[in-house]
Amino acid sequence: MKNDLQSEAYLRMLKIRGFEQAVTRLVTEGEVPGAVHTSIGQEAAIVGACMALNIDDYISGTHRSHGHPIGKGAELKPLMAEILGKATGVCKGRGGSMHFTDKSVGSIGESAIVGGGIPIATGAALTAQVRKTGQVALTFFGDGASNEGVLAECLNMAAVWKLPIIFFCENNGYAAVTPAAHSHGQPDVARRGEGYGVPGVIVDGQDFAAVHAATEAAVARARRGEGPTLIEAKTYRFDEHCVGLFIKGGYRPAEELHHYVNERDPVTLFRNNLLTGGMTQSALAEIEAQAASLIEEAVAFARESAFPEPEEAFELVHASPIPIRR
Amino acid sequence: MTPDSMTLGNTKRMTYLDALGLAQREELEGRDDTIIIGEDIALYAAGGAYGDTDPSRIRSAPISECGFAGMAVGAAITGLRPIVDLTIANFIYLAADPIINQAARLRYMTGGQFKVPVTYRASMWHGQANAAQHSDRPYPMFMNIPGLKVVCPATPEDAKGLLKAAIRDDDPVIVFEDNDLWGKKGDVPLDTDFVVPIGKAKTHRSGSDVSIISVSGCLRHALKAADDLAKDGISADVIDLRTLLPLDNDAILGTLAKTGRVVIVDPAHRTMGAAAEIAAIIVEDGFDMLRKPVKRVVTPDVPIPFSPPMEAPLYPNPDKIAAAVRELM
Ligand SMILES: Cc1ncc(C[n+]2csc(CCOP(=O)(O)OP(=O)(O)O)c2C)c(N)n1
Repeated sequence: MKNDLQSEAYLRMLKIRGFEQAVTRLVTEGEVPGAVHTSIGQEAAIVGACMALNIDDYISGTHRSHGHPIGKGAELKPLMAEILGKATGVCKGRGGSMHFTDKSVGSIGESAIVGGGIPIATGAALTAQVRKTGQVALTFFGDGASNEGVLAECLNMAAVWKLPIIFFCENNGYAAVTPAAHSHGQPDVARRGEGYGVPGVIVDGQDFAAVHAATEAAVARARRGEGPTLIEAKTYRFDEHCVGLFIKGGYRPAEELHHYVNERDPVTLFRNNLLTGGMTQSALAEIEAQAASLIEEAVAFARESAFPEPEEAFELVHASPIPIRR
Repeated sequence: MTPDSMTLGNTKRMTYLDALGLAQREELEGRDDTIIIGEDIALYAAGGAYGDTDPSRIRSAPISECGFAGMAVGAAITGLRPIVDLTIANFIYLAADPIINQAARLRYMTGGQFKVPVTYRASMWHGQANAAQHSDRPYPMFMNIPGLKVVCPATPEDAKGLLKAAIRDDDPVIVFEDNDLWGKKGDVPLDTDFVVPIGKAKTHRSGSDVSIISVSGCLRHALKAADDLAKDGISADVIDLRTLLPLDNDAILGTLAKTGRVVIVDPAHRTMGAAAEIAAIIVEDGFDMLRKPVKRVVTPDVPIPFSPPMEAPLYPNPDKIAAAVRELM
């Protein structure tokens, strides 16, 4: 792996982590409207996948929406402003935390309808195929979403039509509070590809290099016209399903959480690998400082930005407008 | 032949279904970003003859309505103009999520980053003993979804012109076809740029005593009723709305201003049907012009039964329309 790729990967992982820590603080301080879901713990899976793509390749995602565009290289300021519902937000205050979208980096929409982003990316892959652009699409979804029927439909159609798409499951073991074992007939989402002729690959989602290599192989296969791949990254979410959601009784064993946070933190693991690989402490500290200042600037930008005017709610409903009845 | 189409030159007599097929073929041949996705499209999608169209743009899909209706959204926001043929209108329910949660609001939710130029075709089969799972007229539900456009052509000319307008529109449009009309013939403009603007109703007959506001295939029943009423000296103004989202309020209030009496004919079920919204517009914005209460001729709130003697009487027909008009006179 090249040095600059590694630095960039580390920066993006830190951006996701720091962005979400900042958002969590803002939630606690009462500055954030609506629900917020963080991907802390899943950064290696996200960045490993995104960095196997070009900037003009497409991604779609989920309600846990922040990490994906950040992983794809999006600027933080408009994302943070979106979280606060500001007019300068990437979606002009119409999407919020669950619906980050940044067309400029190929992020074509995160969906709060579980499974909703899957056909969207499959359709983007269809466009790439019809127009012969050489682009690929990747759709992030959770283990919970893998039980939605639309995944089966899209796996099948993508296989029949050899679409350039990667179905990327971030299996963090839980759908909200339901353990995957309670809702999956067999534990490996990747095996669901078999029935449709789609190769399934399981990777350690805490290991950036493993995820990156698996995704690169899938991207190469897609670009060769050989069709879809289903990748399942086994990962873990460190925070609650939703910031501020307190679930009495606990649905995750304390030892399990402890194990992941202390021994399987993807950012720490990656940092250690970089050190072993010869990167210096000071080079790492520089990246860490850069991430921290980008996040600080984003928070300041979001806070200083104005809210949209209420009348703006009536704009952007259609591309060729029709009279809106009130 | 209508005045509009005469100015556009040549017309040809053809069926409503052939007019839809012609519209689709012209759009597929005319631009390379238009694609069609649907099940058995060679069977349902108007003839299946697509000339020299690149076969990669003709996608005969597996039975996966939610999947391909959603893929069309992804394809639309990334640069194609998909036509999705959902065949029988009841199947649109399986595609409700991508149409309602995605197509209708992606532009809005992303702050205008995308346009969603996708056309959904759904053919309303009813009156043919197909029972409750194949006989729906579901457009009222979609009139409740901001971000969509909904059209219901009632003539072969409008079938061509509205389908073309839908395909060329940069927003998601659902074209609800009336399968009762598929075999009916009319004069259709052959100009490849002939489109019927979305949002404009059409007056089919001018009159002064009563307005018959019609939706979809009810137009021919409304015109027949108007003929019968004319024999008794009752003069009916008959308008076909053509587009249900947006509704042509000016046309609705305009005909009311002429007559002061309104019968709305809508083949959907009574409760929350298109007729209910039209009646509300009339009452809110035109109450002072009303000489009598608004009347609706619609389908009662029962699932559509299989047996013809039970099914047939449920729908609007010329006699029911004429009877409703007479009650207002
Ligand atoms: C269609 C749909 N059903 C249910 C929900 C409610 N819901 C929101 S997140 C979630 C769990 C999703 O789990 P998973 O797909 O594994 O993603 P994760 O939260 O673990 O990232 C559920 C059930 C929803 N948003 N959409």
